[in-house]
Amino acid sequence: MRRTVPAFVAAGAIGALALTGCGQAGQGSTTSEDGRTQITMWTHSAGNPAELEVYERIISDFNASQDQYEVVEESFPQGAYNDAIVAAAASGDLPCLLDLDGPIMPNWAWAEYIQPLGISTEITDSLLPTAVGVWNDEIYSAGYWDAALSIFARESVLTENGIRIPTIEEPWTAEEFTTALQTLKDAGYETPIDIGAEDTGEWWPYAYSPFLQSFGGDLIDRDTMLSADGALNGPEAVAWGEWFQGLFADGLASTSGTVGNQEFVDDEVALSYTGVWNALASVEAIGDDLVILPPPDLGTGPKIGGGSWQWAISSTCEEVEGAREYLEFSFQDEYITEFADKQIVIPATEGAAEASEYFGPDGVLRPFVELSQEYAVLRPETPAYAVISTTFETAAKDIMNGADVQRTLDRAVDEIDANIESNDGYGF
Amino acid sequence: MTVTPPTVAAETPQRATRRFRTTKGRETWAGLAMMAPAGILLVLFLIIPVILAFTLSFTNARLISPNPPRFVGFDNFVRAFTNDPVFLQSAWNTFLFALVVVPVQAGLGLLLAVLVNRRMRGVTAFRVIFFIPVVTSIVVVSILWRFLYQPNGLINSMIDTITFGAWSGMDWLNNPQTALGAIIVLSIWQAVGFHMIIWLAGLQTIPEELYEAAKMDGAGPWRQFVSVTWPGLRPTMVFVLVTITISALALFVQIDVMTQGGPTGSTSTIVFYAVRKGYEQQEIGYAAAISLIFFVAVLIIALVQRRLTRDKD
Repeated sequence: MRRTVPAFVAAGAIGALALTGCGQAGQGSTTSEDGRTQITMWTHSAGNPAELEVYERIISDFNASQDQYEVVEESFPQGAYNDAIVAAAASGDLPCLLDLDGPIMPNWAWAEYIQPLGISTEITDSLLPTAVGVWNDEIYSAGYWDAALSIFARESVLTENGIRIPTIEEPWTAEEFTTALQTLKDAGYETPIDIGAEDTGEWWPYAYSPFLQSFGGDLIDRDTMLSADGALNGPEAVAWGEWFQGLFADGLASTSGTVGNQEFVDDEVALSYTGVWNALASVEAIGDDLVILPPPDLGTGPKIGGGSWQWAISSTCEEVEGAREYLEFSFQDEYITEFADKQIVIPATEGAAEASEYFGPDGVLRPFVELSQEYAVLRPETPAYAVISTTFETAAKDIMNGADVQRTLDRAVDEIDANIESNDGYGF
Repeated sequence: MTVTPPTVAAETPQRATRRFRTTKGRETWAGLAMMAPAGILLVLFLIIPVILAFTLSFTNARLISPNPPRFVGFDNFVRAFTNDPVFLQSAWNTFLFALVVVPVQAGLGLLLAVLVNRRMRGVTAFRVIFFIPVVTSIVVVSILWRFLYQPNGLINSMIDTITFGAWSGMDWLNNPQTALGAIIVLSIWQAVGFHMIIWLAGLQTIPEELYEAAKMDGAGPWRQFVSVTWPGLRPTMVFVLVTITISALALFVQIDVMTQGGPTGSTSTIVFYAVRKGYEQQEIGYAAAISLIFFVAVLIIALVQRRLTRDKD
């Protein structure tokens, strides 16, 4: 009895500690059963079976191709992915390989989550410029594809209503675009264009800041990267805000609906401003009647968001050699083609595009490749982007809901500038 | 990870072993042993974070930054009250939400409890129906109600049908005038069942004899309620009010799922705003300051409530 009581205390304490779980998600070298070094890898692709399937194939091919390393993959749902990375970084549990959304890369590079990629320049030189992430003159990330946005329409609907079909050489002007929408509204479409306003998160800056740039505004002054003043609240930006607000106020676009292209497929809307990744369902449903149009020229030419998900190596990775070997292995055209055709995204190499069913020279989605090359604008490459993104989303939603444009944009500028200042200019 | 041993242990210095030989000493050890799991968890997950948050709120700490944080004194607090309209709006929204939810939800809970507190057939079914939303995940409930509130959702279709097409409703969640109201309605609906059960437990502690005596004295149902039920429910009332207040002030999930604080900040709440600032915008120091303000506000409100509802003996 005598000695049991302190043991009791100890047991209680140990139990409690066990519950708190000081576990480590191995970023250290663990070895697999057959003596290989394991390389941990995180993707955001849970919930995207097509994408995951390709990764699994690359991984098993890579693991079979040599006997030194074994890549072990874990996937997260996209909505929770960035939080998982930040939490893992804070507790020193980052995996070796991780994928990330292009615009967040500078923030993570600046925070020293990731290290310069260091894979052969032969590979990175062959990729689309928007599929390579550069920060401080160093390549930190590279991806297999880029994405693009365009306006989907049915050719028959446009011709019936006497609307000119725009081309890359001659896109719609702002007036033409508005007139077209009005015509379609009068033709019986309750809200003629679906611009995806029911979606949330990164979609907002990705989809709607190109409109702002087409007007001549921007998310931040890209010369200094120190202030959004003038770019996000100048006269061009206000003109964008008024126009954006008008889309909803005049009933040309809806604030709700389903995420994706369903409304367009069901012919409830005449036009759909949407991402390439939604294209396949529309191609299948509409066939030859589908036309893929450039976004309107709202003043300074059409603009499309550039930069999609890419791969990086964490700064705490102990198996850098193996991680690089895996990445170099993975940038083979056949895999890139498979990503492009399974997931419907623009392949990052010329060779992969040639072989692609959809993006090849006669592929039905070829216009996207041209749109992306012609109009892509990267989101500002600054660590402040995390704040710019959420602030822009809030401001644009407020504008959509009828807030005073100038005041809302001024407030957004204040918020962004205060954040840049409190971070000592993020090193710019 | 280092663990601070519970402070109680510090009061038992070297003499502990000697004391351990006495019955009383043994009881102390046994008591400590039983407290240890909860004590350690509380220290780790409550006390330490509170101290950390208190410290962080005087720095410019960032979630992600290669630069070390530095002390900035009261800057964060000054910024919150003088240079952050969204914070003030969030505080106001939170207050407004609590102001409506606390009395309405408590009253409605009591009404339902009185209704289902009788012996008749089918009463269990009603109790279950009222209680189902409570055990449903609040995230699921929020997503469902988001569909209900859509312009072409069930609620608007219902309004349309009832008014024979005279009014087809509105876009509830995207209208600054109605968004917070819409969230209030769903929040009350979701949690009222829980407080109904608490009231019900209180009702069942009131002895039946009192009602019999009241009936003998010729009291009608209303009089019985005022003179017997209500006084008997006093301790329950204090508990219900305090719990509703604290949970109403901590409103977060519904906002995060349904509106993300919009439209035009009309549904932003303090907790939501702190999370947004801290995680999305990576300003942990500022978010900690907001949390601290929130903590103090809740503490004051809870203390005032305790004072107002204390027994006047």
